[in-house]
Amino acid sequence: MSASMPLPRWVDIILLPVLNVTLAFIIGGIVVLIVGENPIEAVRIMLYGAFGYGYGFGFTLYYTTNFIFAGLAVAVAFHGGLFNIGGEGQAYVGGLGAILVALAVGGLHWAFALPLIMIASAFFAGAWAFIPGYLQAKRGSHVVITTIMMNFIATSMMSYIISRILKPENINSDESARIADVTRVPFLSEWIPLLRNTPVNISFILAILALVGVYVLIWHTKFGYALRTMGHNGTAARYAGMSNAKLIMATMAISGALVGMVAVNDTAGAHGRLILGYVAGTGFVGIAVAFMGKAHPIGVGLSALLFGVLYQGGQELAFTMPAITREMIVTIQALVILFTGAMSNMLRRPVEFAFLAARHRQEPDPVAQEKGA
Amino acid sequence: MEDIISILITTVRVSTPLILACLAGLYSERAGIVDIGLEGKLLGSAFGAAVVASVTGNVWLGLLAGIGVSLMFSAVHGLASINFRGNQIISGVALNFLASGLTVFLGAAWFGRGGNTPALSGGARFYGIELPFAGELAGVPILGPIYSGLLSGHTILTYLAFLAVPLTAWVLWRTRFGLRLRAVGENPKALDTAGMSVTVLRYKALAITAVLVGMGGAYLSTAQAASFSREMSSGRGYIALAALIFAKWKPYPALGACLLFGFLEAMQYRLQGVDLPLIGPVPTQAMQALPYILTILLLAGFVGRAIAPKASGQPYVKER
Repeated sequence: MSASMPLPRWVDIILLPVLNVTLAFIIGGIVVLIVGENPIEAVRIMLYGAFGYGYGFGFTLYYTTNFIFAGLAVAVAFHGGLFNIGGEGQAYVGGLGAILVALAVGGLHWAFALPLIMIASAFFAGAWAFIPGYLQAKRGSHVVITTIMMNFIATSMMSYIISRILKPENINSDESARIADVTRVPFLSEWIPLLRNTPVNISFILAILALVGVYVLIWHTKFGYALRTMGHNGTAARYAGMSNAKLIMATMAISGALVGMVAVNDTAGAHGRLILGYVAGTGFVGIAVAFMGKAHPIGVGLSALLFGVLYQGGQELAFTMPAITREMIVTIQALVILFTGAMSNMLRRPVEFAFLAARHRQEPDPVAQEKGA
Repeated sequence: MEDIISILITTVRVSTPLILACLAGLYSERAGIVDIGLEGKLLGSAFGAAVVASVTGNVWLGLLAGIGVSLMFSAVHGLASINFRGNQIISGVALNFLASGLTVFLGAAWFGRGGNTPALSGGARFYGIELPFAGELAGVPILGPIYSGLLSGHTILTYLAFLAVPLTAWVLWRTRFGLRLRAVGENPKALDTAGMSVTVLRYKALAITAVLVGMGGAYLSTAQAASFSREMSSGRGYIALAALIFAKWKPYPALGACLLFGFLEAMQYRLQGVDLPLIGPVPTQAMQALPYILTILLLAGFVGRAIAPKASGQPYVKER
């Protein structure tokens, strides 16, 4: 692309994503107008629902926790040039690991059970993600198609396991037995009364740690360097002596293990049991979160929070404005993926043009040009 | 015999949207554009068709609306992947989300039925067409049930779907347009050098894709079912993609693969709660998962290697 010119770093990292997201919201606003509601009022209700009171805020943080894990999973894979659409199924299977361990250790104090539950969730979800990784690395089957297929297989398999094997006799709905109260991952509201009865739990802290961990992994380890090299140019990585096959398999397993933590938050925490279809789209939201956050942990954290706000605020909105359903959020999510993922070049051109124009006006001094930009 | 015929009839019914979507994907992937968004296009056009059919009471207008919706989706996909050289997979995934969100959101706002459209009847639906003498021949052994049961009594869209298969084979391998279309999916540079527009060709392919998958979507809500319900495409777009891989991007094998997946679905309805000898009751879930497992096995090269058109998935960059 001969016409493109390097833009200052902050434009790429901050300005363009913000412009793209704004565009997504403007179009979302137009859709709200089409159904005859006031978009500004809708935003106000959402913000109140997400931040206005402790109960709402707790739910915002609870959703954010899930989205951080799901977003990080997509982001890690993305750095390696892999597009993991399978977070949904991986988290679902992770729930199986979580519930099996949580029920097996029955009655063990949560402080001892939590590491075991985490390992089990990570292992189950990681193994589920390892399969497409293995198939891509060894057999050349495209990870996008296989992860989609694995989502469907997970849905069928888990539905069988939950409704036929895990479901106790005395329960009518499709779910497993309950985890003992002492074993369950404790809610933050036990320590912070402001968060009254909301499902936000210790996993939130784990999510923050995961953000830091992924940052270190991607930018400060040998593995992360190899991963990014492969993502930029697989051939170059191979000639540099890196084993793409091993990297792909390891990356997918890590990606799966990360999204498996959703099970810790939900199965072992919020719900205290494994429920049919419990992931409910979280794995897919992760795609939007990762794109919006430019696959950087800080960005992922912020966009996960934004989606947390959208989800919780969306509930409030659906309650207050009957014309607006929760699917409004899915629509916004789609627009975010579209504009920040697939159409990111659309606004890039005009921005480049604007910078070029600014440069012309201020030449020939390059320093002044930088400042002017 | 009766059982076999009835399973085959179901197979044809459930295969129709798959065939349309699979051929749709065939055109776009042959032209070098991966269309993961088939699922969203099916869902969106099913919604558009049901909405317009229920408002106007005319199923043909509904069909047009369904095609219109998928044309709009294709336009966005084209803009992202042809003009802005974005990632085609991401754009397709976004379209799937968009359809999943918008259909329920708009449906709930317009009809207030939790995202479903009102039930369609009369002129707002496609009905089965009786082929000539179907009634008279029904009594004839073997031939009768096959003709009057299996061949007759489907909606026009089913017949069109089956017709589209030889038509696609003819267009792609016997016409100049088809040659160019396949070339743009294998080596766009060569076409560009020969003075043809890669962009225009790819948009043409996407338009054909949209028309076919739009018909498939309209079939779901106005022929197979009598209204739109949320997520009613339920993975058929992905199954169609899987079938496309099975078929190695060829029309007749595509028909076979879609019929196979349709047959699996028909068996799944049939085998619910039935005890098989040796195996025992087959869990529905196992039948549901089967097409996906088969696809993975095929992709892994255990059943035979599937090689996609070479330029598929890559935006064409003129410079360099």
